[in-house]
Amino acid sequence: MSAALSTPASTPVDPRDRGGPAQPMLLVEDLRKHFPVRGGLLNRQVATVQAVDDVSFSVRKGETLGIVGESGCGKSTTARLLMRLVEPDAGLVTFDGDTVGVPHGISINEMRRQMQMVFQDSYSSLNPRMTVSESIAYAPYMHGLPARQAHERAEALLGQVGLNPRTYARRYPHELSGGQRQRVNIARALALEPRMVILDEAVAALDKSVEAQVLNLLGDLKARFNLTYLFISHDLNVVEYISDRVLVMYLGRVVETGPVESIYSHPRHPYTRALFASKPTLDPDRRTTEMPLTGDPPNPINPPSGCRFRTRCAFAQAICAEKVPPLEAPLYGEGIGDSPHLVACHLPEAQAAMGVHHA
Amino acid sequence: MLDATVTEDALRVEDLTVRFVRRNTDVAAVNGCAFSLKPGETLTILGESGSGKSVTLKAMMGLLPDYSRISGKVMLNGDDILSMPRAAQAKLRGRAISMIFQEPMSALDPVYTIGHQISETIIQHEGVDKVTAWKRSLELLEQVRIPSAERRLKNFPHEMSGGMRQRAMIALALACRPNVLLADEPTTALDVTVQIQILLLLRQLQEELGMAIVFVTHDVGVAAEISDRIAVMYAGRFVETGTTREIMRDARHPYTQGLLSSTVHGGLRGKVLETIPGTPPNLASLPPGCAFAPRCRYAMDRCSEGDIPVVTRESGAMARCVKAAMLETT
Repeated sequence: MSAALSTPASTPVDPRDRGGPAQPMLLVEDLRKHFPVRGGLLNRQVATVQAVDDVSFSVRKGETLGIVGESGCGKSTTARLLMRLVEPDAGLVTFDGDTVGVPHGISINEMRRQMQMVFQDSYSSLNPRMTVSESIAYAPYMHGLPARQAHERAEALLGQVGLNPRTYARRYPHELSGGQRQRVNIARALALEPRMVILDEAVAALDKSVEAQVLNLLGDLKARFNLTYLFISHDLNVVEYISDRVLVMYLGRVVETGPVESIYSHPRHPYTRALFASKPTLDPDRRTTEMPLTGDPPNPINPPSGCRFRTRCAFAQAICAEKVPPLEAPLYGEGIGDSPHLVACHLPEAQAAMGVHHA
Repeated sequence: MLDATVTEDALRVEDLTVRFVRRNTDVAAVNGCAFSLKPGETLTILGESGSGKSVTLKAMMGLLPDYSRISGKVMLNGDDILSMPRAAQAKLRGRAISMIFQEPMSALDPVYTIGHQISETIIQHEGVDKVTAWKRSLELLEQVRIPSAERRLKNFPHEMSGGMRQRAMIALALACRPNVLLADEPTTALDVTVQIQILLLLRQLQEELGMAIVFVTHDVGVAAEISDRIAVMYAGRFVETGTTREIMRDARHPYTQGLLSSTVHGGLRGKVLETIPGTPPNLASLPPGCAFAPRCRYAMDRCSEGDIPVVTRESGAMARCVKAAMLETT
């Protein structure tokens, strides 16, 4: 539809694009997952882990949305919910205008064809009994591509992720290094020609020099295949490098979101500021001297009422325990860029406070 | 050796070499490491996985398996640990030299309380009674800033959070006030907000107790936060050493330069990252000469022949590189 109306010469229009450029690739509304904790004599439910609690966001076409947060903040669960590896308790996911998994929307299988995922552990996510090219060719073959063509596609993809198919196609996962295996995983994710790829800590297990190689590859592939990324990581530097917009999560909720420049230069939420201040410097003359936060993140089994960060927040007041802060435009100052900067915090003074800045 | 006129070294390692020899393989994990540390000083060994940094620490602690061949000297308080009988080594472990690990959950014993584990160490090494040892354990938990320490002494490891467990492991390692603390990636498994707490804690404890720390990490940022000096390790060798400033600002070895430039930070947004091509060498078949030569953009014929020249500056900074040597002499 959009192809007929406007054909900008610069961006080639994807024939699979249904909603047009203004329609977000992915729209997530009030996504929720509470895991039951069972125990006791009768294996009754004794508690719930509120892993993801009313999370909403959108990913625009062609952008990279970074999700950052500490362990237990729900970022990986969010990815699994989006792929329907875990069934959500509530919430709507809309892929390019079509609601996922409802009668008149897009089926889960079709969504998975268009949205693929790369996991952190490159070894356990490959079948040890399949050669590299079998692993990559498997999905296209299962989706009806003849075996020979599927293998040709696998070999072409290997070349595109920087592995010579003549050397690597017949190898098994254990014969590859971590970086090479992650390249294979990326090739496999691209085998169905998806429009969106979820990268869940995809570079976290790699050595720094290899991490840089894979990040370059991701940038290159994104441009070549017109991809949209959801990049999940705990590494603040990597997220700043790769993302256009950032979503900061804490204990299953979104605390702040906005364009990467705005979030990194003017973090509004006290948690975001503490997170950035905890980042090790690269400058031996400007070492961190004060602890930005004390203690570990609380247990998501019994999260604090109201604002979940209040137990570690220096600004916390009575209202923070009573009401869940909505995700709104900052009470102080302006956002930068065309997409809004939103923050979930009741207190103007907490939003305005200056963060610790590093090189 | 000369009598110490200045402060004596807390630890001196000379030509430490570790090989793992089994039926068909001969892996040269550490190939001639040398360094010395004064009390209160922190040396960081910076390297990627498989560079031999953890093996170096384990060799010093005597934790390597039987098939490893260790040579060289590890001088602690004037005695060579490596030439001691096993029983004497065991007496030093946990007392004069102790170690903290990456994963506290697997380093602590899951079936004993934290208090029990710390007291046991104190009783074992110092022969004091249980009550005294328990009291000391409480002081130690307070020293590593564990809140409500009294209650925490009775906790099992699984009842604590990751950061708390790491603090407990530090308390355990410091139980007998060691002169040397070996830290093997102690913050790698932690969240950033907890990581910085542990790094600051180690810095404070070092100031209070004056121990020397050998810290192993792959993270340039962590190294910049904790160390006085940095030794960059590649394929079992120190390729460059120097003060933290020298390494971070004025690296001379191409590997160090590559490691620093491939470290991602926000300032690089939108740019293609500089990378080191290729992967680290197989330690079972190291190339002759400089092990980094096959990945080095400045490599020349001389690099794959025999001994690589070592250039040392007045400050003690060292680089093992043909190109650095040529630049230095011209």
